Amino acid sequence: MSGALSGYLVFAWSGVLLFGLGLFGFVAHRHIVRRLLAFNIMGSGAFLVLVGLAQDGRGVDPVPHAMVITGIVVAVASTALALVVFRRWYRASGRTDLPEDT
Amino acid sequence: MIGLWSLPLLFALPLALGILSLLAVPAWRPRLIFVGLPLMAAASLDMLAGLVISGPQVYRLGDWIAPLGINLVADGLAVGMILITTLVTGLCALYARVYLRDHPPSTSFFWPLLWFLWTGMNGIWLAEDIFNLYVGLEVMGLAAVGMVALRATPPALAAAMRYLLAALLGSLAYLLGVALLYGAYGTLSMAGLQEAAAANATTQVALALIIVGLLLKTALFPLHAWLPPAHGGALTPVSALLSALVIKASFYILLRIWLVLGPEVTPDFTAGLLGVLGAGAVFYGGWMAWRQHHLKQLVAYSTVAQIGYLFLFFPLVTNTGPEAARLAWDGTLMMLFSHALAKAALFLSAGNLILAVGSPQISHLIGISRFRPMSLFSFGLAGVSLMGLPPSGGFTGKWLLLHSALLSGQWWWLIVLFLGGLLSAAYIFKVFRMSFREGPQIDRSVTPPLTLDMIALLLAASAILIGLTAHVPLHWLRVGMVFGAV
Amino acid sequence: MDWNGLVLLSVLATSLVASGVILLLAESRVVLRSVFNLAAAVLKLLLVLWIILGVYRNVDYELRFTIIEGVDFILRADALGIMFVGLSSLLWLFTTIYAIGYLERAPNRSRFFGFFSLCVASTVGIALAGNLFTFLLFYELLTLSTYPLVVHRGTRESLRAGQVYLYYTLGGGALLLFGVVALHVLVGDTEFVPGGSLSGIDPSLHPLLIGIFLMMVVGLGVKAALFPLHAWLPMAMVAPAPVSALLHAVAVVKAGAFGIARVVYDVYGIEFAYSLGLLGPLAVAASITIVYGSLRALTQDDLKKRLAFSTISQVSYIILGISLFGPVGTIGGLVHLLHQGLMKITLFFCAGNYAETLGVHKISELDGAGERMPATSVAFTLGALGMIGIPPLAGFVSKWYLGIGALSAGMNWVLAVLILSSLLNAAYFLPILYRIWFRKRDRVWCEGKALGWFETSGWLLFPTLATAAFALIAGLLAGMPFSPLYWAELIVSREYLQ
Repeated sequence: MSGALSGYLVFAWSGVLLFGLGLFGFVAHRHIVRRLLAFNIMGSGAFLVLVGLAQDGRGVDPVPHAMVITGIVVAVASTALALVVFRRWYRASGRTDLPEDT
Repeated sequence: MIGLWSLPLLFALPLALGILSLLAVPAWRPRLIFVGLPLMAAASLDMLAGLVISGPQVYRLGDWIAPLGINLVADGLAVGMILITTLVTGLCALYARVYLRDHPPSTSFFWPLLWFLWTGMNGIWLAEDIFNLYVGLEVMGLAAVGMVALRATPPALAAAMRYLLAALLGSLAYLLGVALLYGAYGTLSMAGLQEAAAANATTQVALALIIVGLLLKTALFPLHAWLPPAHGGALTPVSALLSALVIKASFYILLRIWLVLGPEVTPDFTAGLLGVLGAGAVFYGGWMAWRQHHLKQLVAYSTVAQIGYLFLFFPLVTNTGPEAARLAWDGTLMMLFSHALAKAALFLSAGNLILAVGSPQISHLIGISRFRPMSLFSFGLAGVSLMGLPPSGGFTGKWLLLHSALLSGQWWWLIVLFLGGLLSAAYIFKVFRMSFREGPQIDRSVTPPLTLDMIALLLAASAILIGLTAHVPLHWLRVGMVFGAV
Repeated sequence: MDWNGLVLLSVLATSLVASGVILLLAESRVVLRSVFNLAAAVLKLLLVLWIILGVYRNVDYELRFTIIEGVDFILRADALGIMFVGLSSLLWLFTTIYAIGYLERAPNRSRFFGFFSLCVASTVGIALAGNLFTFLLFYELLTLSTYPLVVHRGTRESLRAGQVYLYYTLGGGALLLFGVVALHVLVGDTEFVPGGSLSGIDPSLHPLLIGIFLMMVVGLGVKAALFPLHAWLPMAMVAPAPVSALLHAVAVVKAGAFGIARVVYDVYGIEFAYSLGLLGPLAVAASITIVYGSLRALTQDDLKKRLAFSTISQVSYIILGISLFGPVGTIGGLVHLLHQGLMKITLFFCAGNYAETLGVHKISELDGAGERMPATSVAFTLGALGMIGIPPLAGFVSKWYLGIGALSAGMNWVLAVLILSSLLNAAYFLPILYRIWFRKRDRVWCEGKALGWFETSGWLLFPTLATAAFALIAGLLAGMPFSPLYWAELIVSREYLQ
């Protein structure tokens, strides 16, 4: 690794930072929608790491892009499912967080 | 070429059936299994035939070359997992067809979810690169969450939500690990990583992320909190599927990755730490199972405990010499397979008992042995395997693990196996104690349909049988350990 | 699989299949169940007789298949094993007859007879096991199949007894498992061979072998009710009388004693065990149990409890015989395996008859029982006198050989134990006999059952008389071919002259 902050690694490090922020939000918040937002931020962080690390001058690498696109699809699907479950949970219990959540 | 035609079918078929059943009217959804199950069984058996005749195989999906294409590998372990998946899922599907009749029509979403779950699992068993494993994990995980939510009661929704959050967190940790590994080595295939990986900080961080993510999904103590409500609260066939197969998927990935990277890359204490967590799971899960008042919660905590045994694999296989490692491999897989069969049987028979007495409380089982001996017998038979008493798969697995532990001089794992066995006896016999108590003399219990009893019995009997004929599956499971020579 | 292996398998299968079928039969199919059960028992007995003849003529009966690499499932009929099989099949038949009468109109009979047959299957498996692995397999199966019988009545007390029983036997089973695995790691698959297979092992491993021996004997000692591992046995007396009779007098405790015999003779080898210095401590443990059991029996007023403590004491005679180095002591131990079984089952049948017919459970209430139930009381007397060791009854033969064996092994103190224990036996049995025969009942009997032609139901009486007769004949005709003594001598000639 040549210099921790040299050009292409900026994206990767930002990705790690985003991931960390998201993780913090995910753990710190109780409101389920906030936690889902945090999850999406974490996801973006991971994607940024993937794309960022690929820009190391090895030329155009399609694999990370394929992976990120797949990853985004998965994240959207997960979020959709989570929102469905959350809506039903909210309707059934009137709560926005999970019980005995410590 | 025997085998190759069936390989892509193994996930194309359930995917197609899943979409088809999503489009079908609810009444038609269960009926699709009569088309799907024979086809899946045929494809799985063809895989077995392929393994026996021509050994482990690699298949390139659409003839694209990796890394853009997808490589599928069918070695002994993968084929074994496919077969057990077909067996357990098939039987659970037959069970569900009868079981769900008395449930509201909305539960017919079980069927598309079942097929998607199957797609995800087969994808995992066959994947050769760590990113496809991720995709498989997600497909499986989302289907599983949907199944937990099927009951749509507030506790079920809360359990599903908790499960989903844990699963998402686990997947992201895993994905970040994958991103780091790809950034460092430019490859996603297991074989490629095994060649390239070096013991530097990047690899270690990546592997740590991957391991933690998978531990969360496998519900290893102390990351297990999501499991008991999800597995204990779901519909019975769903509980059986989740406990028997779904948690095995993330363990399976961990096992594969460990064999490729683990010993070379991780610091020495990692394997030991995993073993200690496993031991903690055995004790804590067993203790909590014993304290439960709900039958299915008891069975769910038993899963937490049984997962612990699988993790003894890591200390026993790492730097212990070829003989001890081989025994640990055999023992762990024996544990894994017999637990899949026994736990499915235990959940299904617990479901039958609950149907019979109309209450999930263990204390309501008083005197049930007189009226529902069949359901109780399956429960007992499955319990024998979980307690690790002979003759059963659980016993054979325990024997192999004991052997491995003694051979590698790590006698302290003996204590785990010893106390774990006694704890599981304590919670299994807690149920029996209640059922043997003389209660009301009149039979107030409902007779569950015979099919349900027979399916549970069949699974429980398989858990016993696999122990008696263990050398046959173990022989084939060792075939073509492509990654990592054990 | 050859013909002989198939015969061996069918001996096991008769009770295994019977168990499965009976468990599935509806509760109300009394006649079908009884007929099926008795047919299986008779068939098994015939097959066993066939094999006994074969073993006598040195025919090999073996069945094996691989479980995992290096571990085989082996069934094999040798002289020692078939002796135990013979005992349990014979007594299975009688106990089944007895149980049909005893449990008439009782609930949960399908479960009872099903698990009862499963117990017999496990006992037969234990006897026919050809290596430690197979032995362990059936040993644990025995634990599992006896639990439902111990808790059969479903009362708080029986559930408690079942729990204690599980603590002891599962713990013991786990210890045994460790011993077996450890031995497996050291020397590979341990098949039972006359003379043992361990004597050639590297001397540096001897301390380890001693540790393993200890672990296995403690594990087996739980079922054999060796002091201080015996507490489960008196508690388990809450089970119905046929269970106490067959299982606690014969199958379960004998499985432990038989296992110790296997470990000493066919795994370690008696000479090697002797040279490791293992036999002396075993003899001491057995002697302590003998005296302790007898002392405790003295103070019991409950008839079944007194018999239970007597069992604890008597089973240790077998272990004592095993630990006496030399052929005569071995004969004494092995022959007692059979003799004690016949005598003790008779005594338990009698206790059941008294309880079932007269409603009498306590010794202090037995006054004048001889007048009311003469046949049962004669059987009881025969069994009790045999236990004390009055010639020419079966117990005398055992004690005679044990005594001579002790002298020839140079362990003279054992003789003192034998004499003391015989005195104690007399002290706890003679008062019962005195009450039965020489005291008069001052009240009317409250009859428990409607009577037929005899003093009690024929189902209960005939098995009692039959086993009493066997116990008598075994002593009287000890010198005849195929008597227990004869067979024990045959085993010894094969063990010591390999």
